[in-house]
Amino acid sequence: MLNNLTLLISITFMYSAPLIFGALGGVTSERAGVVNIGIEGMMNIGAFAGTAVCYFTGNPWLGFLAAGLAGGLLALLHAVAAVTCRADQTISGIALNLIGPGFALFFCRMFFEGATMSKPIANKLPKIFGNLATQNAVAKNLNLDITAVLAVALTVLLWFVLYKTKWGLRIRSVGEHPAAADSLGISVTRVRYLCVLLSGVFAGFGGSCMTLDIITQYTPTAISGQGFIALAAVIFGKWTPQGAYGACLLFGFAQALTVVLGGGKFAVPSEILAMLPYVLTILVLILFVGRAVAPKEDGIPYEKGAR
Amino acid sequence: MRLTAKILKKPITSALIAIVCGFLVAAVVLAAAGYNPWQAFGALFSGMFARPKYISNVLIKAAPIILTGLSVAFAYKTSLFNIGAEGQYIVSAIVVTLLGVRLNLPAPLLIPVLLAAGMLAGGIWGGLVGLLKAKYGIHEVITSIMLNWIAFYLSNYIVNLPAFHQPDSTGTYPIRESGYIMLLPNWKRSPQGMAALSRIPWLREVMMRTDVNFGILIAVYMAVLVGFVLYRTAKGFELRAVGFNRDAAQFAGIDVGRSLLESMLISGALSGLAGCVAIMGAAPHNISTLAAFENNGFNGLSVAFIAGGSPVGCIFAGLLFGGFLYGGQTVQADVGAPSEIINIMMGTIVFFMALSKLISTLADRLAKGSALHAE
Amino acid sequence: MQISDKYAVQMRGIVKTFGSLRALDHVDLDVRKGTIHALLGENGAGKSTLMNILYGLYQADGGEIYRNGKRVRIKGPNDAIRLGIGMVHQHFMLVENFTVTENVILGREVTNSLGVLDMKRAREDVRRIVEKYGFQVDLDAKIEDISVGMQQRVEILKALYRGVDVLILDEPTAVLTPQETNDLIGIMRNLAAGGKTIILITHKLKEIKQSSDACTIIRRGKLIDTVNPQTVDEETLAAKMVGHPVRLVVEKTPAQPKDAVFEIDRLSVRDKRGLPAVKDLSLKIHRGEIFGIAGVDGNGQNELVEAITCLARAESGTIKINGEEIQNTTPQNVIRHKISTIPSDRQRHGLVLDFSCEQNTILEKYRSGPFSRRGVLQNGKIAAYAEKLIREYDVRPSTCALQPARSLSGGNQQKLIIAREISNEPDLLIAVQPTRGLDVGAIEYVHKMLVHERDAGKAVLLISLELDEVLSVSDTIAVLYGGSILGTFRQDQADEKTIGLLMAGGKRHAVNS
Repeated sequence: MLNNLTLLISITFMYSAPLIFGALGGVTSERAGVVNIGIEGMMNIGAFAGTAVCYFTGNPWLGFLAAGLAGGLLALLHAVAAVTCRADQTISGIALNLIGPGFALFFCRMFFEGATMSKPIANKLPKIFGNLATQNAVAKNLNLDITAVLAVALTVLLWFVLYKTKWGLRIRSVGEHPAAADSLGISVTRVRYLCVLLSGVFAGFGGSCMTLDIITQYTPTAISGQGFIALAAVIFGKWTPQGAYGACLLFGFAQALTVVLGGGKFAVPSEILAMLPYVLTILVLILFVGRAVAPKEDGIPYEKGAR
Repeated sequence: MRLTAKILKKPITSALIAIVCGFLVAAVVLAAAGYNPWQAFGALFSGMFARPKYISNVLIKAAPIILTGLSVAFAYKTSLFNIGAEGQYIVSAIVVTLLGVRLNLPAPLLIPVLLAAGMLAGGIWGGLVGLLKAKYGIHEVITSIMLNWIAFYLSNYIVNLPAFHQPDSTGTYPIRESGYIMLLPNWKRSPQGMAALSRIPWLREVMMRTDVNFGILIAVYMAVLVGFVLYRTAKGFELRAVGFNRDAAQFAGIDVGRSLLESMLISGALSGLAGCVAIMGAAPHNISTLAAFENNGFNGLSVAFIAGGSPVGCIFAGLLFGGFLYGGQTVQADVGAPSEIINIMMGTIVFFMALSKLISTLADRLAKGSALHAE
Repeated sequence: MQISDKYAVQMRGIVKTFGSLRALDHVDLDVRKGTIHALLGENGAGKSTLMNILYGLYQADGGEIYRNGKRVRIKGPNDAIRLGIGMVHQHFMLVENFTVTENVILGREVTNSLGVLDMKRAREDVRRIVEKYGFQVDLDAKIEDISVGMQQRVEILKALYRGVDVLILDEPTAVLTPQETNDLIGIMRNLAAGGKTIILITHKLKEIKQSSDACTIIRRGKLIDTVNPQTVDEETLAAKMVGHPVRLVVEKTPAQPKDAVFEIDRLSVRDKRGLPAVKDLSLKIHRGEIFGIAGVDGNGQNELVEAITCLARAESGTIKINGEEIQNTTPQNVIRHKISTIPSDRQRHGLVLDFSCEQNTILEKYRSGPFSRRGVLQNGKIAAYAEKLIREYDVRPSTCALQPARSLSGGNQQKLIIAREISNEPDLLIAVQPTRGLDVGAIEYVHKMLVHERDAGKAVLLISLELDEVLSVSDTIAVLYGGSILGTFRQDQADEKTIGLLMAGGKRHAVNS
């Protein structure tokens, strides 16, 4: 029993880590007023970059950083489109969901002899207690992946910055009333660029949580929908870091349930189990959340002096 | 200057500029990776046009995404973002397969029944999103994403049901032949048919080697119909008014909640029709276990945006996208360049469509500039 | 005038172009230290643009700025603030879900060395300023919860917090009662006496005469004149502002009201947050009568209109037109019962800006014949109808039928809406803030239209925040305060002082017609 419980916890944290990073990226960008539908694409390119760098250098942390860098670079395109060119942020995000995986697979074929899968990496991201030499299954389960810790840390950090520091105040003001921020000398452009770039970096980290930890290699289906679940988590969590974190844990938990319960004593088919988190989300939305209130100027390009 | 400005403002110009940019970026990436861009593009086009059967396959591949593109474009005109096209497509495919396997009806009955059922299924799936938005104010993006995944797992569940699962395969039984919308399937195999076709080689190749079906005709017809409804009917006027300015529409007496619902119903039905066309029109005429989304719905997003939201434009954008998707395989085969260059190219085209507002602003400035000079 | 440090601010030869529009054409301005200097002009004349340049929100295309006799370059609000120039905008620049304190310190936050906010110290700093100038502000309230008048004080607080010497006020009294306006003028005089310089952007002649030491008039981007408002009468000021003599009083024959056509009985409506906004309100409007409701913004006007047009729920009470109850039905039903509304926000509620002018004229009629037959739009009939309206109501340019409504000027957009609503031939025409943002010519036109409707035997309900407008146009005037009507007067009985008192919640008067 305890075995199963701890296994559940362990898998929950493992699966939710990529989602959390992606969702935190979404929160960062949207709080500053830029809609980011392209989280999926940024996670994808991050997933590949992380794997490739880790494979060739043998160091998963370098891979992790490279993943962030790759996600940030892709996000730069979105920033230019959304902030400088005042383009339609939805369309730009969709474009990135094509460009991200496109480049990821393109480079994959180039670096891994034409295959669309990378080779498995030798060293994945460590667990919090390192290589625990123990036969005790419970202890082994509680030896969580380090990504879980990183995810919590980033959530707390983001929450603190957003609500307790002056930068967070400015970011939020830019998302709610960019004209007011502008009139007080805050550079709306600079804040939005920074936040969009950061959202790409976080999403990249999230992608690499998948390939440097869970499946230890890059495949075309490594990132298939996590970016969109992250987006749903942002909305579900009402655009707060802690809310998004909770939502991602919920999704991760549901996925863990299908793993632990599936094929077991319960006669519920695994597909129905897999459906549950999504049905649950809709029910919860109807019962509790209702009207989702995005930052007031989310998705609206800022034009000085526009009437 | 004036003329240039006028040309720049036409929506098709943005699309053409975006496509050119897409090719440019792809060329740069290919060159940087050591491939010859001209060779690659040559392979792409030959993969699309070189043989009659290629052209036929392009049309076949394009039909579903023209329809999902229409679905997204329609919703976008009413300010809704139908990211749930994928899920609507899937549920329609499920329903069409279930009914197509079970119902023993002749073609003149089965085909309309399947088409109607598929559109209904997609419509309901889309309508759910609209209902939740109208009644509870829930953001359509989140419900759509949830419904996409529910549809996904539902599909896999159905595929694995013993009643429908085809042994030794990863899919269900195919639907009955009377549900196919192929072009003259029996005639082409009959002796007269074979004889007639042997005299027209290209036609024979198209009919025998490809799944040529009515899907493309359905898609084109729907595009024209949707265009008509949007711009020439009172209902279209109403939905577009809501799309442009919800507050003013409400003030003028329009029931905004109902409009949003109707819009999602229609949008869902269009994606549902895409599912019908895919199952009824092309082998293997069944649904199989999915490891990931097939992207017919998500590709519809790209098609809609490349078309600039125009219904008729979706035809051309769908053909372009479908053509590139199909011809892209040749690029890999002939030149060795990864076929994902196509995705990069399509993504770039969509990206530049996002920037198309810039082109319009540039056009305005050019026009004003010439006006000032004239004064 | 010489450049010297006698002047807090001097601007020379300012030029600003937006596209092909010359917003400012070589404008000069000299503001003496310690004075209240008014900038007078119609909407769109360029006075806000000039001040936005001074505050660094825009960059001038030509000209120089001098501060205390020295040439300065102001590249952004930060530069302006550093030079001691602050601005209180007409449309408040406040973040709705931040508190007052957060809004005041934004951009100039009180933090420790790591950037962490020290809200306790910030609050203390702000409280000190509030006490010094005797404001009434709730520091911990969220902006979305406080009154408009308090929001304005927050805006002034923002400027004072940054230690400004020159305070630019952009149309500050638009949202105030006469008493609050007097209070504000008092605050301005205190600040000026304390050495601060005030630049007041306004189009309200009375306030200029009440408050200002100097007045610069701008028309269509050009400097017209600078005068001492104490020695010039309102008619002269208005004439300079507009460029030709202006009638300041609405001409109309006495009203001849007939039977009551519109009746509200004990109406109660809650606002979006569930608080009571309209409380037990009753009124009666007769055919051939213009019924004006005066009141400060936020006393239930919006909720009242929303309840009448069925955009909001009426909690209790009835609204009857021609004897039929219409509360809590649908907006379409209200229109069908011959109530037409000119909304307060023409761009948000009145027009679909991206539709053509033609399409906007049939926004309420598209569903039925002759504009639509069996669901299909009849473009010929629509075009003919639109042409008729555009011609009859002089919407300019007359070729605008297929142009997007966005391309029309504010005044012409309003004309389009008026055309549409009046040609519904309503029994009750509701006009909410019908002249907001319009220039004098357009204002005259709108008032003429309202009187014309009344003369044709219709009932007109006028709701406006401009007390002068209500007083001069209406036959019957009611004062709305806290969701109820505190007093109703005939036009010849109404006097501004009494009404102003009621608008601020003064004693209920038993005065009736």
